[in-house]
Amino acid sequence: MADTEFVHVIYIAAPQQKVWDALIQPEFTRQYWEAENISEWKPGATWEHRDARDPSKVKMTGKVVEFTPPNRLVLMWNDSPGAANPSPPSRATIELETVDTMVRLRVTHDQLVPGSSMLKGISNGWPRVLSSLKTQLETGKPLPTWVKAAV
Amino acid sequence: MDIVFKALADPTRRKLLDRLYDNSGLTLGQLCEQMEMSRQAVTQHLAVLEAANLVHVMRRGREKHHYLNPVPIHEVYDRWVRKFEKRGLRALTDLKRQIEGEFHG
Repeated sequence: MADTEFVHVIYIAAPQQKVWDALIQPEFTRQYWEAENISEWKPGATWEHRDARDPSKVKMTGKVVEFTPPNRLVLMWNDSPGAANPSPPSRATIELETVDTMVRLRVTHDQLVPGSSMLKGISNGWPRVLSSLKTQLETGKPLPTWVKAAV
Repeated sequence: MDIVFKALADPTRRKLLDRLYDNSGLTLGQLCEQMEMSRQAVTQHLAVLEAANLVHVMRRGREKHHYLNPVPIHEVYDRWVRKFEKRGLRALTDLKRQIEGEFHG
C-alpha cells in the first residue's frame, strides 16, 4: 500500500456524543483547532474550515460524504478556493467507538498525493489537533495547538 | 506514557516503526521480510507496539494491515521534548562557547 494513507488513533476519556459534538460544533473546534467547521452536516453538503480569528478566511472546504452521528464522518478535503497551488482532494474518515470508559477516535486520511502540501499539512496537523482535542475534553482547556516547533 | 517509552526502548521495535513510517499498511508477512527473526518474535514486538497505541491494525478482508500511529510520539514530544528544548539548546551553546574559548581564546 502506498504511503499516501495515514492513520491516527487517540483514546479520549469522554462520552462519545461529546467527542462527536467537539468535531462538528464551531464553538468547540475553534478552541482546540483554532478553526470553525461549518456545514449543514448531511451527505452531499459542503463543509468549510474557517480561521477562528478571521472567519472570512476559508482554509479548507469539501463535501460531506457520510454523516452517521455519533459514529462515522467522512469528509472530502479540498484546498482553500484561493490556494495558489491547490492539492487534489483527499478524504478523511473519522470513526468513533466507545471502548470501556473511553472513546477511540480514529482518523484515516487517504487519497493523498505524495509530495503535496496537503500531505505535509495533515501529517503535521492531525497529531496536534487530536492531542489538543483530548486535552480539552479531559481537562476543559485545549493545548496551544499550533505553537511553533522550536527546531 | 511508560508503556510508550518501554515500547520505544527496543531497536527491533523502532525498526518496525521506521518501516511503517516508510510504508504504511504493511501486512505481517511484509513486515517479516528484512527482519532476521521468527514470525512469532515479530508478532510479539508488534503486540507491544499495539498496546502502546504506536501501531494500529486495520482488518481488510482476511488481511491485517499495520499503520504507524504518530499521536503518542507527538504526546511524548509535547510533554518531554518541547519544554526542555530551549533550555537545552542554550546550555549546549554555552558549552560550545566555553570549549572554543579554551582553545582559541
